[in-house]
Amino acid sequence: MLTLTMSRALNEGLRCALRDDPRVLVMGEDVGALGGVFRVTDGLLSEFGPQRVIDTPLGESGIIGTAVGLAMRGYRPVCEIQFDGFVFPAFDQIVSQVAKLRARTEGRQPMPIVVRIPAGGGIGAVEHHSESPEAYFAHTPGLRVVYPSSPSDAFRMIRQSIALDDPVIFLEPKRCYWHKGEVEPEAELADMPPLLAAQTVRLSPQRGVADGPPRYSVSIVCYGPTVEWAMRAAEAATQQGVTVEVVDLRALSPLDLGSVEASVQRTHRLVVVHEAPGRVGLGAEIAAAVSERCFADLYAPVQRVVGLDIPYPPNRLEGAYLPTPERILDAVAMTLAAA
Amino acid sequence: MPPTWTGEPCDGASGPPIQVLDPSGQFTADPRFPVDLDDGDLLGLHRDMVLVRQLDTTATALQQQGELGLWASSRGQEAIGVGLAAAVAPSDMVFPSYREHALAWCRGVGISGILGLFRGITNGGWDPAAVGLAVPSIVIGAQVLHAVGYAMGQQLDGGGEATAVVFGDGASSQGDTLEAMVWAASFEAPVVLLCINNGWAISVPAARQSRIPLAQRARGFGFPGLRVDGNDVLAMYAVARAALDYARTGGPVLIEAVTYRMAAHTTADDDMRYRTRAEVDQWQERDPISRLTAHLVDCGLLDDGALAELQHESQRLAEAVRHEVRTMPMPDVRTLGRHAYASDTRASLVPAGVPVAPPAPAVDSAVRATALSAAHG
Ligand SMILES: Cc1ncc(C[n+]2csc(CCOP(=O)(O)OP(=O)(O)O)c2C)c(N)n1
Ligand SMILES: [Mg+2]
Repeated sequence: MLTLTMSRALNEGLRCALRDDPRVLVMGEDVGALGGVFRVTDGLLSEFGPQRVIDTPLGESGIIGTAVGLAMRGYRPVCEIQFDGFVFPAFDQIVSQVAKLRARTEGRQPMPIVVRIPAGGGIGAVEHHSESPEAYFAHTPGLRVVYPSSPSDAFRMIRQSIALDDPVIFLEPKRCYWHKGEVEPEAELADMPPLLAAQTVRLSPQRGVADGPPRYSVSIVCYGPTVEWAMRAAEAATQQGVTVEVVDLRALSPLDLGSVEASVQRTHRLVVVHEAPGRVGLGAEIAAAVSERCFADLYAPVQRVVGLDIPYPPNRLEGAYLPTPERILDAVAMTLAAA
Repeated sequence: MPPTWTGEPCDGASGPPIQVLDPSGQFTADPRFPVDLDDGDLLGLHRDMVLVRQLDTTATALQQQGELGLWASSRGQEAIGVGLAAAVAPSDMVFPSYREHALAWCRGVGISGILGLFRGITNGGWDPAAVGLAVPSIVIGAQVLHAVGYAMGQQLDGGGEATAVVFGDGASSQGDTLEAMVWAASFEAPVVLLCINNGWAISVPAARQSRIPLAQRARGFGFPGLRVDGNDVLAMYAVARAALDYARTGGPVLIEAVTYRMAAHTTADDDMRYRTRAEVDQWQERDPISRLTAHLVDCGLLDDGALAELQHESQRLAEAVRHEVRTMPMPDVRTLGRHAYASDTRASLVPAGVPVAPPAPAVDSAVRATALSAAHG
């Protein structure tokens, strides 16, 4: 076990992948000598050389478009997009080519491409550096979308994503890059839990009662950067006698709806949290799926705690935009008040 | 004196970039690109460069003190924005990159306008039409297409005006930039495409973007390319002026201004990971301000007294910048999203009965307290 930051855990994951498979390439803007603006590719250039760790010209469509050709030639490109807001020049290549080539060739052409994107807000950045573009990709059949929330998940999921023959949009919660956690660097791919499985953590009140009665329980479904905030809200709620299950989705497409459903069947209330605007977002999808699958289990309407339906604001106002622990706690209260 | 340049490329295939002031301040006229400026204009260029450098130095310090979230320094590149701003007519339009603070300064944007974005209180900061300057594009290359479209509009409206757009060596690789060149050529748009080749796109050297001087790319698109010393404000002015005059009737011109990014990419960058101090120091000798200072002192236009006065003015600007930054009003939370649409349609965007996206907590504290305390039971 090592204690690593998320940035470092990703770095180790990439190192393992480059070491284990000579067809793995890392490419993007400033991934070489600089080691990436978040240092995720630090040291990889000197260890694996400029043919495996490639500083590209400045062009996102170029990065992803050439990754398609490299993948057709049998390589496994891991592409870095420098920030969430800069993936859009590559959007056409991703949704029209990367996502569809397997289907277009009737299964003959695998697309083992990973697109790493630092995403989310809360770091006081200028425009285009705080976006949450996951819904665009989750809406696109043919892509897998994952969003780890911890160093150990980041390490495991980057390795699994690279090993997969499907394209993966790999979102990284940039405000958590320097969070530390335990990582098992020797873990074998074969021993890892499934890439697309959610993780449910149950937090019980501390008042001598093992668990609150179902009247006072709630599930909070979240992913990526909001997991930490959901945990904080959950801890505050347990102080008040509420049992909370925090479901970290980890994968956004396909979604592990089984885990969500199972949790809702235990708690009967659901709050969904994400930073992206609420309208037509993941929260809407999850609320719809839950009402289809286990409507009768719900004691209260599903609450969404999400980014506002507006362009991401200047950073001095982002506190009012983001789904903070306070807003999550309010939504928890709302589901309880409805019962 | 009208420029005698008639559109023949001068793209650095052989020989150095166009220069009229050498690094020591020695002036050698280039008959194709006359410097038709009077003494007052020359002193004005000098003053603007000095003040923009001061603004840049002060902003860098303010970032270090936590007053700005980020700062992208234009140190060493002042001659480009100042030269271009002097060459455009008031009715011309300019599209800047995020680093060209000199353009904003010279177009009269003002301290708060320039620094508000970096303070995190606005994503823009001024009205493009009012100042003849678009707000800076952070998405690399996007503004080049916007500029070409604007120039197409100027042409549709009857001609006479021109547009200038600034982008970097890194931006020269972006699809948008290259499509902009196709469009500009196809429609003979009155646009000057000014590529600032400062040697670096963050950590990536310009050689990764182009094997040939960037100005030579113009030939492939079918319009003239000019390669100019971007640390020579007089050459910058004269070349930009000639290019704009050509563009008004002749269509696009590409200018590559050769310069060097003296500071790290931004205050968030550590440039010593990818370049050497020695390389930076070399360019120090080609500083754009000291060469114009030397020239003006030589001509007798500047003396110690005038330089000291400018120094004072510069200190007063530093104080004004510090004061304005610290006292910039925080944006009102109630303005969130107000400008996403032409009218404030936030309420009508959602069906009746659904609460409008709430800046305030969705539950009032009394409800919350009751609900949570019920759970105690
Ligand atoms: C589309 C897009 N991709 C990536 C970035 C991140 N980024 C910001 S500045 C920069 C380098 C730009 O280099 P250049 O065009 O030479 O301009 P300079 O910074 O030298 O002024 C990069 C990659 C961005 N802003 N937009
Ligand atoms: Mg550059």
